[in-house]
Amino acid sequence: MSPGSARGEGGEEQRPAVSTGPVHDSHAATMNWRVQWRPLAFIAFLLVLWHYGVKHEPSHLLPGPWGVVGGLVDLLHHGLLLKYVVASLYRVTWGFVLAVVTAIPLGLAAGWYRRAEMALNPIVQLLRPISPLAWIPIAILWFGVGDLAAIFLIYLGCFFPLMLTAMGAVENVPSVYIRAGRNFGLSQSEVIWRVVYPAVIPQLIVGLRITLGIAWLVVVAAEMIAVDSGLGFLIVDARNAGNRYDLVVAGMVAIGVIGLLLDLGMRSLEKAQSFRWGYTEDEA
Amino acid sequence: MTLIEPMEVAVKAKLCVEQVGMVFERDGKSTHVLENIDLEVGDGEFVCLLGPSGCGKTTLLNAMAGFLAPTSGTIRVDGEPVRRPDPRRIFVFQERGVFPWLTVEGNIEFGLFKLTRAERAARVAQYIRMVGLKGFEKSYPHDLSGGMKQRLEVARALAVNPDMLFLDEPFGALDSITRLIMRGELLRIWEAERKTIVFVTHDIDEAVQLADRVVVMSARPATIQQIVPIDIAHPRDISSARYLELRDGIFKQIGLAHRI
Repeated sequence: MSPGSARGEGGEEQRPAVSTGPVHDSHAATMNWRVQWRPLAFIAFLLVLWHYGVKHEPSHLLPGPWGVVGGLVDLLHHGLLLKYVVASLYRVTWGFVLAVVTAIPLGLAAGWYRRAEMALNPIVQLLRPISPLAWIPIAILWFGVGDLAAIFLIYLGCFFPLMLTAMGAVENVPSVYIRAGRNFGLSQSEVIWRVVYPAVIPQLIVGLRITLGIAWLVVVAAEMIAVDSGLGFLIVDARNAGNRYDLVVAGMVAIGVIGLLLDLGMRSLEKAQSFRWGYTEDEA
Repeated sequence: MTLIEPMEVAVKAKLCVEQVGMVFERDGKSTHVLENIDLEVGDGEFVCLLGPSGCGKTTLLNAMAGFLAPTSGTIRVDGEPVRRPDPRRIFVFQERGVFPWLTVEGNIEFGLFKLTRAERAARVAQYIRMVGLKGFEKSYPHDLSGGMKQRLEVARALAVNPDMLFLDEPFGALDSITRLIMRGELLRIWEAERKTIVFVTHDIDEAVQLADRVVVMSARPATIQQIVPIDIAHPRDISSARYLELRDGIFKQIGLAHRI
């Protein structure tokens, strides 16, 4: 778990790199194994509950788990699942990336130059509480029904949280770091590049992770209205075209799994050694 | 071990503080932090600024380092007025100043961007050895103890070969044993490198153990109450009569009875 422990011996002063938790080394392996399987066992338990629940109460509240598996197989068979997943990910990627490359530099600048912050803050605070979904009619008016409208909505959903994260991150950079940077003779732009930027990275990564989650929420809603493909469209379409609730739940399962994978991907960024400092400070 | 004659050191003035005053304006109220500060620090001298917490000694240090402009008076280094921070005078914070995103090597290298790669590597190796961090080159600060981080920050400061070091209660966050060890280390480095050092502390013993001269400051607005030359050669015997006499003199000066 800790790359830090791969260091040379002979440092009495050195802090233990792994915090001594309640788990003892000798049992660590078996305990870890059990702890890792516990959530899977719980999911299995819920699936069984679901299965028997639907069997005993055969009203049309919900398709059973096997029905959903059938739905997934159906979708795979027709090549729809892959096509829709790709469509949704395509929109999320564009909306998210565009927001990252615009909102983060703007937020960093606003955090650094206090005047920019004072100028931007009121309008940001006004626009931020408006749900991106409220923009759907305008998105369709501007971009028509299609990818662009969905991308625009995702962009809006990501822009404000990212910008506020970047702004806050710059303001939280301890002044000792900036002063040390200036003391060593760095120009303003060098201070930004060599001190401020590395100092804000851990907070930015947390912001990116949360925002990617938002993007994934927004894309489903946007696809229900503004486009005719993707996982959100799948869900609405399956209901409208013959109440195929097995396909509805299959779509939901796909959304959940992909959302989980996206989050795991972002979490792995947090574990990178050179970013780790921002998170381990409190843990130890 | 070289013995140092403290009185001979202060020949040429390195740092001149003339009639410096500092007033902070906040919420329409002005607070006088420093008043009529006059001080000369000689080249290669070790001076401690001693005073109660919050008296303004850190403010004075910040002004000397060029982070704050004094409201009145001037501060000169080598005859030139101080206007901004400069790599020839490095400010050492408590160990909070090391960059957590850089390794030990990366931190020491931070100020060496004008050197070639080979020069940088040599400088880094030299100071890692000097502060006893060998074997930890690739470690990140969060895996180091407080004392190691403090040595790292001193190494980062020394690596750019400054003329002066400003240390702001550098050992304040360390436990008392580590603090004693660090004082010895600092003196050893000072004897090897002969930098001019201005060291802020509120610890009377620390000041008398380290400094050539102790500048005793009053509570806010801070003025210089007295400058006490410490005429004991290093290494200092901290149970000698002279040491105790000087220390007790400062205790009295500050108005503390030396009894609890």
